[in-house]
Amino acid sequence: MTGTADTWIAIGITAAGCYAVKLLGLAVPAGLLERPVVKRLAALVPIALLAALTALQTFGTGRHLAFDARAAGLAAAAVALLLRAPFLLVVAAAVLVTAAVRAVAGG
Amino acid sequence: MTAPPVPAPSSAPDVPDTSRAAVVRDALGVGVAVGLSGFAFGVTSAGAGLSLVQTCALSLLVFTGASQFALVGALGAGGGPFTAAAGAFFLGTRNAFYGLRLSQLLKLPRLVRPLAAQWVIDETSAIALAQRGRDAARLGFTVTGASLYALWNLTTFVGAVGASALGDPAAWGLDAAGPAVFLALLAPMVKGRTERTAAGLAVVLALLFLPLLPAGVPVLMSALAAPVALAFARRPRTSGQQAPDAHTAPDGPAARTPADRAAREEGTADDRHG
Repeated sequence: MTGTADTWIAIGITAAGCYAVKLLGLAVPAGLLERPVVKRLAALVPIALLAALTALQTFGTGRHLAFDARAAGLAAAAVALLLRAPFLLVVAAAVLVTAAVRAVAGG
Repeated sequence: MTAPPVPAPSSAPDVPDTSRAAVVRDALGVGVAVGLSGFAFGVTSAGAGLSLVQTCALSLLVFTGASQFALVGALGAGGGPFTAAAGAFFLGTRNAFYGLRLSQLLKLPRLVRPLAAQWVIDETSAIALAQRGRDAARLGFTVTGASLYALWNLTTFVGAVGASALGDPAAWGLDAAGPAVFLALLAPMVKGRTERTAAGLAVVLALLFLPLLPAGVPVLMSALAAPVALAFARRPRTSGQQAPDAHTAPDGPAARTPADRAAREEGTADDRHG
């Protein structure tokens, strides 16, 4: 964990940056962001980041790869998504299955 | 014709009461369901080492779930403040494109925009863009935004306070909440070949760089998958065949998020293919 001052810096930058892009969309003339390439790239970047974060937070432990109960939890979330379960149920499935696997496997 | 200064629920004669009730019901359904998952964020953030005040500040000020989970994940893994913030920021950039579509739809007065901006996120955009007509869209946006903001912050607080009582979040499986949130946001976005390529390549890059680069940086590197996937998509697939032009490309399952719709309507011109 980083120091508390560093954490506040990170919070400040993230809050300012995330608010700025939200306001940007509402405030700029439509034409500026309407170029097809820009829009396609803007749609693809979150996909790449979300996919990477899913993988890293499922299989990453510090700077090592690990295959543990979280993988079972994520699989449960994927099944819930395929069944078109609501958001909260998807998250709950992942949490419960991960906890259950840990309880059974003892770690 | 002038727009009312605020999206007032009681002044919309062109929307019948029954459909107004339906809009409110849908908006509250999303607002409550997603708002409750702030609990998972509160616990995750506390588990990553952030204080109660820091955790609540994130939900109040950042208020875009994926960025918040990404930030505390990166900080908890020992990432520097700037790399951690950069990952969270890039995740938040999609909200600019939601805002762009919402500004045309909601036509908010200039003074309301800075306030409404904080609520421009996946869920409010999905509800607002699904409505027919400005009044219904304003109603959906306002009800989703208000219920989600209130609940998300309340449950963040409860989660962060309760985290110490829970002990180790991992014992409760709460470390799986973050990736599940990411997957749930990701699933409706991945519907075409280019999207699948970007997602798959990003996973490979992230896992490849995890042991090699400092915490937080592998996520940023994975963003390179986006331009690479786009470059592949824009190339003609076979020598005799040009990339198919707009409107001939099947788009997969029905669009479920505003991002989908935006891509379908405006991104198909020169880079989509079946």
